[in-house]
Amino acid sequence: MLALTIVLGMLGAIATIAQIALLSEIVNAVFLLHRGLAQVLVPLALLMGALTLRASLLWGREVTAQRAAIRLKSSLRERVFAHLLQLGPAWSSGERTGELAAVISEGIERLDAYIGRYLPQLVLSVVVPLLIIVVILPVDWFSAVLLLFTGPVIPLLMALVGSNTSKRTRAQWATLSLMSAHFLDVMQGLTTLKVFGRSQAQQERIALISDRFRDKTLQVLRYAFLSGAVLEFMTLTAIGVIATMLGVRLLNNGISFDSAFFILLLTPEFYRPLQELGVQRHAAMEGAASAKRIFEILETPLATGVEPVVEESFPTGPITIDISALSYTYPRKEQPALDGVSLQLAANTCTALVGRSGAGKSTLVNLLMRFMDATSGTIRANGVPITALSPHRWREYVALVPQRPYLFYGTVRENIRLARPEASDDEITHAATLAGVTALIDELPRGFDTQVGEQGMQLSAGQAQRVAIARAILKNTPILILDEPTSCLDPDSEARIRQSLTSLMRDRTVLVIAHRYNTIALADRIVVLEDGRIIEADTRDALTLSAHARLLGAVSTSEVSEGSIERHTAPHSSAYASAD
Amino acid sequence: MKTFTRLLAFLSPLRWRIALAILLGSVMLVSSISLFGMAAYLIAAAALGPLLVLLSIPIYLVQTMGIVRATSRYVERLVSHNTTLRLLAHLRVWAYKRIEPQAPAHLLVHRSGDLLARLVADIEDLQNVYLRVVSPMVVALVISLFTFGIFSIFSPELAWVALAFLATAGLGVPCLSAWLSRGLGKQQVAARAALNTQVVDGLQGIQDVLAFGRSQAQLEGLAACDCALGRVQRRMATITGLQSALGDLLMNTAMWVLIILAIPMVATRYIDGVYLGVIGLLILASFEAVQPLAPAFQGLGHSLTAAERVFAVTDAPPPVVESDTPQPVQVNPGGYTLSFEQVHFTYLPGEREVLSDISFELRQGLRVAIVGPSGAGKSTLVRLALRFRDPTSGIICLNGQDIRPYNLRELRELVGVVAQDTYIFNDTLRANLLLARPQAGEAEIEAAVEQAQLTEFVRQLPQGLKTRVGELGLQMSGGERQRLAIARAFLKNAPILILDEATANLDALTERALLDALDELTLGRTTLHITHRLLGMERMHEILVLERGSIVERGTHEELLAVEGLYRQLFDVQQGVLTLS
Repeated sequence: MLALTIVLGMLGAIATIAQIALLSEIVNAVFLLHRGLAQVLVPLALLMGALTLRASLLWGREVTAQRAAIRLKSSLRERVFAHLLQLGPAWSSGERTGELAAVISEGIERLDAYIGRYLPQLVLSVVVPLLIIVVILPVDWFSAVLLLFTGPVIPLLMALVGSNTSKRTRAQWATLSLMSAHFLDVMQGLTTLKVFGRSQAQQERIALISDRFRDKTLQVLRYAFLSGAVLEFMTLTAIGVIATMLGVRLLNNGISFDSAFFILLLTPEFYRPLQELGVQRHAAMEGAASAKRIFEILETPLATGVEPVVEESFPTGPITIDISALSYTYPRKEQPALDGVSLQLAANTCTALVGRSGAGKSTLVNLLMRFMDATSGTIRANGVPITALSPHRWREYVALVPQRPYLFYGTVRENIRLARPEASDDEITHAATLAGVTALIDELPRGFDTQVGEQGMQLSAGQAQRVAIARAILKNTPILILDEPTSCLDPDSEARIRQSLTSLMRDRTVLVIAHRYNTIALADRIVVLEDGRIIEADTRDALTLSAHARLLGAVSTSEVSEGSIERHTAPHSSAYASAD
Repeated sequence: MKTFTRLLAFLSPLRWRIALAILLGSVMLVSSISLFGMAAYLIAAAALGPLLVLLSIPIYLVQTMGIVRATSRYVERLVSHNTTLRLLAHLRVWAYKRIEPQAPAHLLVHRSGDLLARLVADIEDLQNVYLRVVSPMVVALVISLFTFGIFSIFSPELAWVALAFLATAGLGVPCLSAWLSRGLGKQQVAARAALNTQVVDGLQGIQDVLAFGRSQAQLEGLAACDCALGRVQRRMATITGLQSALGDLLMNTAMWVLIILAIPMVATRYIDGVYLGVIGLLILASFEAVQPLAPAFQGLGHSLTAAERVFAVTDAPPPVVESDTPQPVQVNPGGYTLSFEQVHFTYLPGEREVLSDISFELRQGLRVAIVGPSGAGKSTLVRLALRFRDPTSGIICLNGQDIRPYNLRELRELVGVVAQDTYIFNDTLRANLLLARPQAGEAEIEAAVEQAQLTEFVRQLPQGLKTRVGELGLQMSGGERQRLAIARAFLKNAPILILDEATANLDALTERALLDALDELTLGRTTLHITHRLLGMERMHEILVLERGSIVERGTHEELLAVEGLYRQLFDVQQGVLTLS
């Protein structure tokens, strides 16, 4: 496609040359040979043809260039997105998602000027001037040589002045963006300013800072614009010199009028592609920065190992997971996040995992989900290493309810159906009932068809988690991994989530990252993780509250002596245990 | 049209600079038109073989026009950038003045990040009205008239034809492409937004996407969005291509028609044959003035939409109007009592009441807590107390007097606030502190830092209090940000204190560590404590439990626990959380 753009560009140049040749022929015929209109009808008709052709080629060039850019952007965008999905949540977590999303949607758009204009222009700026020289050479070798020598001066000058000013220009854009950053900063902090009675003083500050930035920017621009001015002066002076020399040689009968006029008209065409290159280069700069970031992402190696050759599968039924000597160290980190963890999650039991933030809980979940593969150690499911399956296949056995489940932009129904696209509406309603989310859905303006997510209704953390539990129920897998919300929920969500969990946990191998006494009370086994190691793992009854309370320093000892955790059904029997 | 006139009004203080830039822009084009005209004349005249002396003036002009053009262009660029930057400063100050009284308006509070960034970008966009719209249009008009004048020397017929072509290229083509691409701009914005949503969805929900094996579906979704965007962009490319092709075609056709018209005139000696080439080159060179008009029209559409969005915000009436004759707040050595009397509040007429029938008294030296689930109306209550909003009915009193007649600034000076989302400016730590009291001395700053338990944090910083913080500088953790807010409150040293979910976004351990500093801050101050976390409630003189805008329970901690109502439920939920994360 881009090659076509270049070809069309060259054909356009040829049409231009033809147009100029015809024009000089006509002018020569009328002016010197005193021909009438009737005698120049043929070249006039040809001229009309040439200029129509030239305009059509210009159109074609623009369209093909843009189409090439669109196609390239699409394929690049899909490649980057696919790669990011493969890199998984461990790589693209948290605040990074904003930047990455911007790269994929806006960053790639910025390649437009680079692909569609700069690249073809790069070729044309060499080919078209050469073509013009080749055309002029038989007509007048003297002018051809003159152009041949002045032409390269422009890119040379551009490179020379450009490298100097581009630094300055970049600095200028940096100051400009700093200036708007300041304004945005003030606007964002407006409420804070008002509370402190400082908002009106800011008004003068905005004016003052704008003035200061203006002075600085203009100082820089004085130099930055100079290169453009020198360039322009050079080309126009060259045209002037060529015109003068042609005139002088005409006087001395050194050249014919039609040749001289032809060359005069062609001279600006010779410099034009070079000047355009300068303009396009400027626009392409922005794209170059985006391109760099895009290739950085594409070159990031994947965190999961190679795909297995033979796909193993397990018989349907309960699954026991054996974790042995599992370690993981994040790239560019020295301290392992998980350090030789061995643990069995027996079939159809519930294990509660507790630990401070940063203890390695999420790392363990990421490894169990195969969002990344362990540095050493293995995870086996019914004796088969999970790396024997493709990550995609393995995940079919696992349901995950994350701490902050994500609701996609779409209806509630679509969000639940995500777990099993072929599920019927009845099955979805059933899953929602089991998750205790029907009452909530009924309250929504359009029930199951209410749009949620980024641009739809905002559900609270507790509500989102209940939808996620419905998802997990619908998926109906032998293994369930659940990350409890840490924050306080409203009393209603709290009670309902407990109910839904109880039904979800039945007949599954469950690992729950617990933040609540009541959840721990539901578990068969409690595992305490600290600094990437398991420091206590025992059945619920044996591991008393006092043991891990001392560890975690969260509960005062006087309260602890009251006894161990019991399986509570009353809503607040352990409530006072942690009161200060 | 109304929007455009309003936009033009911003230019009036800069009119002389703009006139200068337009003059320079015209000189630049006149010089290049002259250069090409003269060059054509020079060659044609030389072909007739006169003496070299007769050609000295054209030669001189051809040699110097290059420098005139380069210089005038250089100066024009400087002048217009200067003007644009000045315009931008005006626009910002103007917008700030209009928006300041509205804060914290809906726009600035609810998921404000993107909307606000958009508003700021829109204000920035308005500067283009001058650089990309007004200036090229006026220059095009001047040059068209200049070209008309030059051609009139040859023949009025040629002059009118030249003008007609210039007008068609300058007005007709942009109008045609605007008509062809009508709606496409909006479609593109929509397609881009859909694409963005798809990408953000995929990345933010990556855990769920992978866990449910939906990668392929996500990729297909992206491809579909991409395809839709590509369709719009291809249509736009066809139109922009057509636009530049038409511009080119008109330019050359103008030359073609003028030559055809001139040929008989040359034959009848009405025009000297020497000028035939000149006519061709003059019209080609003058088209440089009208070519930028098509992008200018597009820029105008852009700026008008941006302006409409900006005006929509700036034209909104401020939610609170200060009295025309503001009364000074009486200094009361005995302290201040703030009371709500049967306050009702709705954000928009007809909407559900956010607060209904709220009455309470925050007496001098006492601590009152307002608790309740999220969405109960707690933050609205704070806004009313700071007079960012006025009650729909009922009154808020300071020492028994309605607060509305008071000077707003003095009123707010009485209140210190520690809110959950403390804003930190991109400035030094010191500047962020001084905000609370610009005239504070070194010792006072240090004392505030000490009291907020920030001393250790500041000591670790290489540049201490001079360290830049905020988005562009040092990133502070949630706990550190809140300590900074507490230090600000210490510096401000206001008699009334509002703690608005001061620890809401912190994890339990950080929260615990912060409570000491907060305790010290509330010592001896009349405190309104807004929270959904029930910590230290036994120290409150009164607790109001808010649900759906109404006070459903009130009393002390012990009393409320005994009631077994909402307060009890909230308390139990909270006690069930492990405080180890």
